[in-house]
Amino acid sequence: MSSAKIILYTALAFCTVLMLTPLVWLIAATIKGPDDLFHYLFFSPPSRFSLYNFKQLFSQIPYVRFMINSFFVAGASALVQLIFSSLGGFALAKYEFKGKRPIMVLMLTTMMIPAQVMLAPMYELIYMMGLVDSYLGLIIPGAVSVFGMFLFRQSMLDLPDDLLQAGRIDGCTELRLYWNIVLPVQRPMIGAFSLIAFMASWNNFLWPQIVLHSQERFTLPIGLNQMVGLYAQDYGALMAGTFLAVMPVVLLFFLLQKEFISGLTAGAVKG
Amino acid sequence: MSSIAFRLQHRYAPYVFVAPFVVLFLVFTLYPLIKSIMLSFYITNGPKSQIFVGLDNFRFLWSDPAFHKAVWNTSFYAACSVFLQLPLSLGLALLLNSKMVKGRDFFRFSFFSPHLVGQVFVAVLFSVIFIPKFGLLNRVLHTIFGTAIDTKWLGNPELVMPALVLTSLWMYVGFNMIYFLAALQSVDRELYEAAQVDGAGPIKQFVHVTLPGIRSVAVFVAVLSTIGSFQLFELPYVMLGNTAGPDDAGLTVVMYLFQNGFVAGDLGYASAIGWTLTMGVLVISLIQMRLTGTWKRKD
Repeated sequence: MSSAKIILYTALAFCTVLMLTPLVWLIAATIKGPDDLFHYLFFSPPSRFSLYNFKQLFSQIPYVRFMINSFFVAGASALVQLIFSSLGGFALAKYEFKGKRPIMVLMLTTMMIPAQVMLAPMYELIYMMGLVDSYLGLIIPGAVSVFGMFLFRQSMLDLPDDLLQAGRIDGCTELRLYWNIVLPVQRPMIGAFSLIAFMASWNNFLWPQIVLHSQERFTLPIGLNQMVGLYAQDYGALMAGTFLAVMPVVLLFFLLQKEFISGLTAGAVKG
Repeated sequence: MSSIAFRLQHRYAPYVFVAPFVVLFLVFTLYPLIKSIMLSFYITNGPKSQIFVGLDNFRFLWSDPAFHKAVWNTSFYAACSVFLQLPLSLGLALLLNSKMVKGRDFFRFSFFSPHLVGQVFVAVLFSVIFIPKFGLLNRVLHTIFGTAIDTKWLGNPELVMPALVLTSLWMYVGFNMIYFLAALQSVDRELYEAAQVDGAGPIKQFVHVTLPGIRSVAVFVAVLSTIGSFQLFELPYVMLGNTAGPDDAGLTVVMYLFQNGFVAGDLGYASAIGWTLTMGVLVISLIQMRLTGTWKRKD
């Protein structure tokens, strides 16, 4: 092995250890008993493994409820965003129509403006619409993703016009074209975007914290944050809660890894 | 279907397809933007009581020591993101892009994995990693470097920002690396071969081939990181137990906006903070694009 290779792999191994250590520590913390949490730096001997932290977690807060809420909100958000963003992206990629340029300029501007400036009037709006403390109040304002529209526009540009024209001659309406011809070939982008949208909603904190008031509607980030305040000393249960909250996203990522990375970088490198 | 109806649905389909965006833009972007400009001229106490004060909110903001603190903390964090984190991301990408590396997928995944943990969950995890005496960080540092085992990372005003920067490094270095790696892989291999023929060493190749090749992506990542950094909120808010930390050491602009608007109930002052933030972010992004020449090319 050449010395360059040794240096390279040492550097890579060092970085890998730095990156994975907090996650390994988290996993270790969840299965340690109450006396072992800080006694052993990482894992305790397997004979001392315990589900104590999970039992504490479920008895202290309605964790399962939070998780079901999170699945519902993130799933519904991702689905709604997927439909509207891919439709919008399709229009921008494959049609010429009046107002197309201004719309794209508006989209770019929206991406540059920090959403927090709109927080106060948005809350007033949601209040007037009677959507405070409801999931619609979370889903509706974010129902179209500008980022998603750009993503789909980018990947639909390559779609051959002849294919669409052939569909039209066969009597397909535009909506049928979208559903039967465009969407099936966009499968990788659909996977990537769904994961990105699901993750963003799953991890969202500020807006749900403002909109949701009653505990039975809390999503995981809100519920877990509340737990930090109430049970600050029960670190074991807190770590168990964090671990379970992260797992669904990790599993989804493993299912959609390839699509995700290509979707993430598609706009940046091609555009 | 009659042929007229068929032609009509063809002509109006694109308008229907972009309608959801246009409607949501009008209701949830344009209206709130205009409304927040108006709100910023009022002192409010809940939706009912509003007193017009003109530019007083902005004048008060200009001399508000807590806001200064928030701007300073947030700018420090943003500077670390751009000047510390992005070079590290690029470094990692260069390592991974080397032809000698086997198992690239494994390394890429392990560098990227922290990003799968959302900000709030990272904040909860690191609030425990940072605790004195028992926390992972203190124990590891104590064992290797003999530093104090009871360092209060989140209790000492001088250490709060470094702790936040450290956490964000862990979260985002691998994420931004993905962009750099994709950019590096899109640089034409023949350019390197040509440079080698001309006798350029690795450093010259990096300066004359690699950097120009990844410039547009680098600008894109720098602008996105800056915008993202100025919106810092969840990480300190959750990590510091829903406070701004000792001596407001972890106070950020968005946290100050949240405290004023949604804890104290002054949506007017919160809107003034929001607009100051927006203007600041726009100006900095434009400067970044100008300095790097991206702006000129688009003109």
